[in-house]
Amino acid sequence: MEIKILGPGCPKCEQTLKVVEAAVHEAGISADIEKVTDVMQIAGYGVFGTPAVVIDGDVKSVGKIPSKEDVKSWLET
Amino acid sequence: MKERTKLLWIAAAFCAAYYIPWGHPLIRQSGLEAFMMLQEYAREHVLTCLIPAFFIAGAIAVFVSQASVLKYFGARANKWLSYSVASVSGTILAVCSCTVLPLFAGIYTRGAGIGPATAFLYSGPAINVLAITLTAKILGWQLGLARAIGAIVFAVATGLLMAFIFRKEDAARATGPIHVPDTDETGRSLLQDTIYIFTMVLILVFAAFAKPAPGATGVWPAIYSAKWPIVIALIAVLGLMVKAWFTRQECKSWMESTWGFMKQIFPLLAGGVLVAGFLLGRPGHPALIPDQWVQSLLGGNSIWANLIASLAGALMYFATLTEVPILQGLLGAGMGEGPALALLLAGPALSLPNMLVIGSVMGLKKTAVFCAIIVVMSSIAGMIYGTIMA
Repeated sequence: MEIKILGPGCPKCEQTLKVVEAAVHEAGISADIEKVTDVMQIAGYGVFGTPAVVIDGDVKSVGKIPSKEDVKSWLET
Repeated sequence: MKERTKLLWIAAAFCAAYYIPWGHPLIRQSGLEAFMMLQEYAREHVLTCLIPAFFIAGAIAVFVSQASVLKYFGARANKWLSYSVASVSGTILAVCSCTVLPLFAGIYTRGAGIGPATAFLYSGPAINVLAITLTAKILGWQLGLARAIGAIVFAVATGLLMAFIFRKEDAARATGPIHVPDTDETGRSLLQDTIYIFTMVLILVFAAFAKPAPGATGVWPAIYSAKWPIVIALIAVLGLMVKAWFTRQECKSWMESTWGFMKQIFPLLAGGVLVAGFLLGRPGHPALIPDQWVQSLLGGNSIWANLIASLAGALMYFATLTEVPILQGLLGAGMGEGPALALLLAGPALSLPNMLVIGSVMGLKKTAVFCAIIVVMSSIAGMIYGTIMA
């Protein structure tokens, strides 16, 4: 599973990264978590607001810090 | 930070401590000015102006739905609406640096195109609530108003010019799905949100109400003498609104976002005030940079003074709100009103670091045109304002 955190490196993006890492850890699955900070790459996903979370190419959340429960539910499907 | 960068910083700090003649009267005077200016801000501006403004910015960030604004930046959005929304949306969207550049890149590549994207890029940092309030409080309402109007007009003009100059290339943009932030259902009407934010703006206006000139008669002294009872009444009304309309969770996120702004902006502003005080001093008190230099470069309202001010503003990086103490110092040292406006209009929107990022999105040519448009328009606006105020 491939998870990407989109954001130019602001505090909210760091928090999002922590939430996702914690969720992955609790779900006990292996996933590649990658931070994307380049604005053109971020725009390439059509995302109008950061932080955003992309899992296996699907944009899951935009413009907010997701809750750990939300992230876990995305990981399961 | 890399280890080598850390070493360089420590070496630089050591050299400064070693070589700067701290005992020299000029350095002592400048150091004193730095802290006198900090005290002036702490006493005059923090409680009555900055704190209410932080609560407003926090409320806007949490309660105003970003999605409702972002839909006007889509590829098929009405052009007129795109431009008008872009020019004022800085108040709502750009209070956090997290949003500005990614959103700009998104609008440019997938959304409404180069015109609205550059309009938004310009208006974002120039027109946010905190910046306009602090400008009006410290540099006078005339400059605050001129800054607000100038920022909106410039945003639209820059966007239209960019769209016109690059109209051929604009057709070949990428298309694809757009993801905007989700809207949360709040159970409040737009009117309720508006009344709530408007009440806070009123609190800010009355708390920061300036003392009228001695001997003035009529309505202003009356308002001034009643300002604290009015503020307390307004706070009570605000409390009732919060209790009746907002859930506990919403109040918590409001406080969190307000605290987030304070944490982020107070240290930067304090640093900016110290630097401005050290280099330029308070009005009427000289510091490190001699007043004659400032007067000869930026005094009066000549075309050169305006051009230098807008060029300097465009290249320099101002951390959030620090343009205000720096301008206060410059005005006190003899800068003209026109060049001051030119610097305010060109400054916060442009800086060398963000030109590099914009360049990576739009390419060198468009970035150069964008910067040139802003520098030229800022100089012209400065000259007009300087003529009106003279």
